[in-house]
Amino acid sequence: MSDFRVRTMAEVAAAGEEAEILFWVGCAGSFDERAQKITKAVAKILHYAGINFAILGTEEACTGDPAKRAGNEFLFQMMAMQNITTLNMYGVKKIVTACPHCFNTLKNEYPELGGTYEVLHHTTLINQLLANNKISISGGAFKGQRITYHDSCYLGRANDIYEAPREVIQKLDAALVEMKRSKANGLCCGAGGAQMFKDAEQGKKEVNIERADDMLEAQAGIVAAACPFCMTMLRDGVKHHNKEAEIEVKDIAELVAGAMEL
Amino acid sequence: MLQEKHMIAQILFVALSSVATYFFAKNIGKIRRNILLGKDIDLSDNKPLRWKTMLKVAFGQTKMAARPIPFILHFIVYAGFILINIEVLEILIDGIFGTHRVLSFLGPVYDLAIGFFEILAFGVLVACILFLTRRYVIKLARFQSPELKGFANKDAATILFIEIVLMAALLKMNAADQILQARGAEHYIKAGSFPISSWLVAPIFNALNLSDATLIIFERMAWWFHIIGIFLFMNYLPFSKHFHVILAFPNTWYSNLKAKGELNNMASVKQEVTLMLDPSAAVPEGYQPPTSFGVKDVTDLTWKNLMEAYTCTECGRCTSSCPQNQTGKLLSPRKIMMDTRDRLEEVGKNIDANKGTFVDDGKNLHSYISEAELWACNTCNACVEACPININPMEIIVEMRRYKVMEESAAPASINSMFNNIENNQAPWQFSPMDRANWTKEA
Repeated sequence: MSDFRVRTMAEVAAAGEEAEILFWVGCAGSFDERAQKITKAVAKILHYAGINFAILGTEEACTGDPAKRAGNEFLFQMMAMQNITTLNMYGVKKIVTACPHCFNTLKNEYPELGGTYEVLHHTTLINQLLANNKISISGGAFKGQRITYHDSCYLGRANDIYEAPREVIQKLDAALVEMKRSKANGLCCGAGGAQMFKDAEQGKKEVNIERADDMLEAQAGIVAAACPFCMTMLRDGVKHHNKEAEIEVKDIAELVAGAMEL
Repeated sequence: MLQEKHMIAQILFVALSSVATYFFAKNIGKIRRNILLGKDIDLSDNKPLRWKTMLKVAFGQTKMAARPIPFILHFIVYAGFILINIEVLEILIDGIFGTHRVLSFLGPVYDLAIGFFEILAFGVLVACILFLTRRYVIKLARFQSPELKGFANKDAATILFIEIVLMAALLKMNAADQILQARGAEHYIKAGSFPISSWLVAPIFNALNLSDATLIIFERMAWWFHIIGIFLFMNYLPFSKHFHVILAFPNTWYSNLKAKGELNNMASVKQEVTLMLDPSAAVPEGYQPPTSFGVKDVTDLTWKNLMEAYTCTECGRCTSSCPQNQTGKLLSPRKIMMDTRDRLEEVGKNIDANKGTFVDDGKNLHSYISEAELWACNTCNACVEACPININPMEIIVEMRRYKVMEESAAPASINSMFNNIENNQAPWQFSPMDRANWTKEA
């Protein structure tokens, strides 16, 4: 990062300090070019909120989510136990992540394997930071703009988190508009269940294009996402319709960082 | 003479209800046996929340409300089913003891109840006609799926038809009864109120100027038709999707109370992986390495999965909310449940035919559910969310994927490379793990 350095847990431990929160970056957030921007936005927000956080860096490994959803329980549990060993070694208590898949796995599936942490999705944490005045949004960059929010399945139906991302959008002074399928009824972007890593089965249409139709119908200039996989799928959907000039897909963290002029 | 006729009717009634109850119990027993072919799972924790879930979801039908029109129509039929059964209780007592409207001593309460039941019966009749219209005239998309061809389609029509006929019989019986009451016919004590049959059916009987004797035959015929219809209906239930009227209650009581995103961690794998990562780890006494992983056949599913297969009423809300089905893929969560039930029935019949043991028939659940269906799933929980009685088709899909991957190594090539990447690079893509924090260095 340009104006501050993101530290790893190893560095923090070497300095004899403790980090308040571990920022779990996830594979997409680490390697995918588009998702890296989300990662940076989250890091900036955490930094400017004065949170003492660190990442695992090269010690982080895939949570095993796509392997588990694809039926490879062996691989999942191997990854999980490896990660749990690392997390417990650093005495991690609180984790924030920008990936709903990592969030779900860390929160719901790790405890039984020996890894119990307080796990937050970044939209929940950002909403808390705004509520506690740890960060403030000014400038009204999004005032009155039509923003629609695409529910990630692994935040929404999987973990009943529907309101935090919406509350953040409303705090941007934006006009939150709903797609015809939203919240519990929201349509998947097409990536989950390891679909991200394979071609779609034979059918009439790609799921992300079906979702892009909903996005067009909502007539919002910005589609807010909260998941790096949704980000890829939704952007591809917009591209398919040649609507890149009209519709921008942005992560909630990017919107907030933008409004904070970070 | 009249006394004798009553006696014969009573004996006939008791015999009929005994036979009906016997076969009903026998078939329920068979379903119970089939469900218990599944693997054990403990779902007895947190009883207060389980009762609450059952009251809300099954009794209160809260999840039905997501689609208002079928919710209202279904609620009328549901209320009719439960409340009109109070009148069936009276019919049973009258049938056994040869009485007529035995509960009429309740006076105004009785009159009000009978009047209310009539309104309900009429409501059920109208709702069923509208249901038939939605299915066969409007042809709603979710009732046109390929898995509904054949028995499933006939089953739906049969149920609606039986309900219409039963309600019509009830109204006909009341119409004849009230005229006989008004004429002061012997045995027909003045009881009940008839807000529907008095204008819908009775005027026809009056216009025909029927004699007391004819009306008594009408009333008795309708009475017997109604009760025999109920006995038949009851015995049709165990063979029908309509069995949900019973299983919806236990099925919601045994609901998954965890976050929907949580998949179970396979205990068998946990022990193996623990040993793999640390060969010196303590092995629990009497530990037997697992013989197979995932779900090959219905007997590898849990009893809860199997109960859900019998609970499913094939409404198709799951399928109509499935992103893959919506975009024309083969996957249909409803078909997953129907296939599970069909295969389980097949296994059950196999066991019956072979004196209590299953004889390999060269088939399994994968003979019913194809790879194209299994690998299409987004695990997005839309089907789980949509089910009005908390059935989880997704769990069966994931368990079957587990079998494909861990027993047959039969995943699509791209999925296998994702596995390899995770194993070798700690990420599903081919990136070097050493580059994981590179983003921190870029401006």
